Order: sequence, then C-alpha cells, then structure tokens
Amino acid sequence: MLDDFFIRALVAGIGIAMVAGPLGCFVIWRRMAYFGDTMAHSALLGVALSLLLELNLMISVFIVASVVSLLLLFLQKRGALSTDALLGILSHSALSIGLVIVAFMTWVRIDLVGFLFGDILAVSEADIDIIWGGGILVIFALVYLWRPLLASTVNPELAEAEGLRPERARLFFMLLMALVIAIAMKIVGILLITSLLIIPAATARRFAGSPEIMAVLASAIGALAVAGGLFGSLHFDTPSGPSIVVAALALFVLSLLPVGRRLESASHSSYGGHR
Amino acid sequence: MLNYRSPETRPLVSLNNAGVRRNGRWLVRGVEFSISRGEIVTLIGPNGSGKSTTAKTAIGVLKPDEGHVERVAGLKVGYVPQKLAVDWTLPLTVERLMTLTGPLKGREIEEALAATGMLHMAKAEVQHLSGGEFQRALLARAIARKPDLLVLDEPVQGVDFSGEIALYELIKQIRNRTGCGILLISHDLHIVMAETDTVVCLNGHVCCRGTPQAVSRSPEYLKLFGRRAAGTLAVYSHHHDHTHLPDGRVLHADGSITESCFPGDGHHHHEESEDVHDHDPDCGCGHHTRLQGFEQAEKRDA
Repeated sequence: MLDDFFIRALVAGIGIAMVAGPLGCFVIWRRMAYFGDTMAHSALLGVALSLLLELNLMISVFIVASVVSLLLLFLQKRGALSTDALLGILSHSALSIGLVIVAFMTWVRIDLVGFLFGDILAVSEADIDIIWGGGILVIFALVYLWRPLLASTVNPELAEAEGLRPERARLFFMLLMALVIAIAMKIVGILLITSLLIIPAATARRFAGSPEIMAVLASAIGALAVAGGLFGSLHFDTPSGPSIVVAALALFVLSLLPVGRRLESASHSSYGGHR
Repeated sequence: MLNYRSPETRPLVSLNNAGVRRNGRWLVRGVEFSISRGEIVTLIGPNGSGKSTTAKTAIGVLKPDEGHVERVAGLKVGYVPQKLAVDWTLPLTVERLMTLTGPLKGREIEEALAATGMLHMAKAEVQHLSGGEFQRALLARAIARKPDLLVLDEPVQGVDFSGEIALYELIKQIRNRTGCGILLISHDLHIVMAETDTVVCLNGHVCCRGTPQAVSRSPEYLKLFGRRAAGTLAVYSHHHDHTHLPDGRVLHADGSITESCFPGDGHHHHEESEDVHDHDPDCGCGHHTRLQGFEQAEKRDA
C-alpha cells in the first residue's frame, strides 16, 4: 500500500501534466521556450514579494509572471532590443531581485532549494484542489481559445484578416502560462517548470497527425513522466522534481529510438499513398 | 424596400487617401481605390513599394495613419499572405489547414480542394508540399470559406509559368462562379491577369492606374507567351509623370526634384497605348527588368 503523501503527489503531478501538455505544444509551435523560462524565473520575485507583503504565494507569483509578460510585450513594441536579449534581461534580473529581497528579510528563513526544484511530496489536499480546479479552468480556456490561438500560431496576420483577434488570444495565452507556472511551481520548481511544458510536447510530435492529437498525447506523456519520476524517486531516493524531468527525458529519448522511427515512417507511408 | 442601395452596388472596400507610417517613414501614402463585388484589382510595383502594406490596410490588419478605409459591415475576407512558414513542430495536414480560421462542412472542404486540384493531397502534411502545392492549398483554404473579398498576396510566387497561367485561370473561375471581389498583388510590373478590371501601380504612393491591354491583341506578345497564355495574361502600360531616382528622391515631369512623392501624383495620363516602352528603359524605375527577363528567356529557348 502506498503512503498518502505519495498518492497526493501523484494526483497533483498528473493534474499539472494534464494542463502542461497542450500549453507546452503552443510553447514549442510558437518558439517561446525561452519566454516560458523567463516567466518561471520571475516566479522567485513573486515568492519574495509574497513573503514581504504577506500575500498568498500563488496569487503573487501569478501577478509577477503576468506583469513580466506584459512588460515584455511593451518592450517588444518599442523595438529597441531583440526579443531574446529582452528575455535575458527580464529573466535574470527578476530572479536576482527576488534573491536580493529574500536576503534583506533576515527575519524569515525560506527553503530556497524547495522553490527552485519543487517539493511535490509536501503537497497538501488544499493544493490538489487548487491544481485540479485551476487546471480544469485552464483546459476550458484553451478549448475556447483553441482556434484563434492555433490560427495566429500559423500566421497572426491571416488570423487578424479573417476576424480572429490574435492579439487578444496571445494576451490570454500569456495569462494562462502565468497561471500554470504559479500552480506548478510547488511540483517541479521554478527551474524545471519549462521542461515539463516542453519535453512531453516534443515527445508527442513524432506520433501526432494533428495539433489536437499532439496536445492530448503531450498530456498523456507528461502524466506518464510524472508517474515514472515519482516511482523512480521513491525507489532510488532521488529528489522528486528532477526525477520527473529525467523520466520525461527518458520518454523523449525512447521516442527517438528505431521503434519510434518505425511508427513514424508507418504514419508517413500512409500519406505516401496519397501522393 | 426603404434601403434601396443593395450591397452589390456599394464597394466592398474603399481606401481614401490612406497612408501607413512606421518609424517616422511613410511606407505608403495617398492610396485611393475601391473594390466592388465581382471586380478584380491588381496591385503592382517594385519591391518595398507598399503593395502588401496597402493590401493589409484594405482588410484591416493595419490601421491607416492618415486617410480612411471603409469596409462594408460583416465583410468576410479570404486571405493568402505573401509569406507563410508553418513550423515543423506543428502537425498540420492540408485537410486540417482548411478549417484553420473557421469551421467548414466536409463537402465545402472537398469542393475547394478539388477546385485547386489538391484533393489527392488532403492527408499530406503541409510541410511536405512543394511551393506550388502549398500555394494551391492556401488558395483552397481561402476560397473554402466563401469570402466576399479574396486577397491574394503574390499567389504565383514559386510557381512556374504554366502553373501561373493555370492559377490565373482558376482565380478567374472563382470570380465568375462566386462573384467575390478579388485584390491581387502581382510581382510582375508589366504582365497582369487579363481579367483585371483595374491595375494600381504603387511606389510609396499611387504612381499610375489603368486597365490592362489584352495580350492577344498584340502579335509580339502572342509570339512571346504562346497562344494558351495569351487569353489569360494582359499587358499593363505605365504612364508616369515622374521618375523614382535610385536615392529615393523623385524627378517630376517639370524637371523639379523632391524628397518624396506628392500624394496627388500619378493621377494624370490615363490614355492607353500599345507600346510598353513609351518611356526610356534606362530610366531606373525598375519597371522594365521583368520584361527584359522574359526576352532573355526567349532568346535562351531559341
């Protein structure tokens, strides 16, 4: 019989993987991996501010990540620096300001490692409620925004010309990212959130024939990685967050092996019949 | 009925003295034209002359910084952008591409794919298509939604000469069958689609405008393009009252040189002529390059 804390970790992790899948697909389709990183790094500033102002942790992380993404939109419009340079500045300055604020608050002791690498085994039942409640909200929002988001991923001007308002879709997408980062921070930690977004989606690409299938597969692969990583961490006594990422990586490597290739070429030869 | 003006008689889109400014520079200025139902308008002009900017302003992707653009309420646009690269990581078949911006019935998808000759490629991933196939898939997507206005930004790029003729034939059929208005951007400065009602030549402003001359009426072009092409293509002769100098300044007919065009330029000289070369080929306006290319190609073939 498994311990309660382990079951809670599993339920919480699978809840996160479920939303990270489709969101991660958009991150790689839109080539925004570094953007996800920046938002995640800014989460530490959110942690510091929540301690300083005695706010709810998730809410302050969500607000800081949203502000950072809006700041990026604003700076991009000014067009003085390239996007990757702007991301580099925002990412590491937000992380550093967070660390400096924490150092000033000599009256609090915080487990920095816990925030950087997550502590899924400390998940409470209230956390699970938030993860699944927030997760279902994100899934509904994604279903609602799916068409404008996908169309503007292919070409924003095309989406705009045919009446889909890509700017609004992009803004909502950033808010959803901020929400998922705020929720997922406890599970895999600030430094590893982006990997849970990207690696399952990248693994799903080889087996997917449509964007929708890729999104669902990415969720399933993410859930598998969470389960594999947690059992691995229990068995080998390794830190849980990094173990989940290693499990996701193992699945990705497996998808590159010849078995994966054969599946891929089989799906391609069915196209070949039409050519 | 109280409101007698039916939508058919009102232009779908009209631009009035429209201009777009970016980073302190006018990309295009003083643009005036309109497109009605069943009408084909072709925009031509050298690279960077503001053709795409003008088209995007017409359909509302860009907002004009001066002048104004009027569109009929609820205008349904079908748009084929000039550049469209689908990231490899996005699994997208031709069939899925069709419903990218709105739902369609299976029959509508099939009809549009059949019309563009892409039905056999429905299950192929768009990243595996050739340039011409991808253009036809994008055109199929744009017509499947039965738009009031079809906007095609260089639809014949990457398509060989006979493909170009076939594509123009198809555009003509779409117009005749559906009666939609078509805004076409051509990379060619002299050869346009024969069915074009109005040609607008841009170079930061409207340089000149007019109607094209059917190729089939000129024996020389008939020889150059062959009989099949002659019914589809037309020649457009430019009548400019000014010349664009290489440094961006403008030499006017009265001999004065200004930093840029006057918004009112180019609205004179509307008479038609058989002769394309009615101004000096070495004028540097760039209007002759493509035709010389055709002549050279013919010499190589001979």
